[in-house]
Amino acid sequence: MADPMKIRATLQGDVADVRVLMAHPMETGQRKQAGKVVPLHFIQTITATLNGKQVFAADISQAISRNPVFAFKVKGAKAGDKIAITWKDNTGDTRSDETTVRGDS
Amino acid sequence: MIQTRRTITLGLVAALGAVLLNPVRALAAWNDGAFKARSTMDGMKALGISNPQDSSDIVIRAPEIAENGAVVPIDVTSNIPGTTSISVFIEKNPFPYTGSFEFAAGAVPFVHLRAKVGESTPVRVVVAAGGKFYTAAKDVKVTIGGCGG
Repeated sequence: MADPMKIRATLQGDVADVRVLMAHPMETGQRKQAGKVVPLHFIQTITATLNGKQVFAADISQAISRNPVFAFKVKGAKAGDKIAITWKDNTGDTRSDETTVRGDS
Repeated sequence: MIQTRRTITLGLVAALGAVLLNPVRALAAWNDGAFKARSTMDGMKALGISNPQDSSDIVIRAPEIAENGAVVPIDVTSNIPGTTSISVFIEKNPFPYTGSFEFAAGAVPFVHLRAKVGESTPVRVVVAAGGKFYTAAKDVKVTIGGCGG
């Protein structure tokens, strides 16, 4: 099981600004270590929900940087709403984490 | 006959199971063909993108000169009404298609991502809105590539 994601969701007006950091090597299958090619190992799909309803989804390639960072925005969110994010990689490994939307500060 | 019916029933049960296990996923299955395409054109073809129109309503924010190609921040905002997805192609990477981002239920058509960029290249964005495709591109210069070891 991979390390937990770091998710931050802050409210700006009625828009939740969601930032997520995932712990993943995102190997391209082109890098060599000690003369051997490190096999492809990367996140393929990401989904995000607000209070259980899908708001954001992504299909990505190995060209996304190591320890991927994404940000997206959800309109109509309120403080205390739940944001849940799930990723799945090409080896079938998966991880889900959630956070609550924080109000303006 | 009974055999056939059972096969169909099993198939239906399996399909239903798949739907129930994945209730919120909107994107089609991870598009292997598009991700393996060696050129932006082939990638677009595999994704079913045809005749994208140039649009100034797509805002791409990326560094003009990226010092470290391993982590190039890219912000994409679409001001086109009814935007449902944003796809990103890094044209000179070995596999240009970098990803698609889908928006639903109040998500703002904006995404921030960080990508590996092998060499100086245009970053092309395709936006899907109302069944049509729009595109814009921005050049990124890279001094140290992000795909080597």
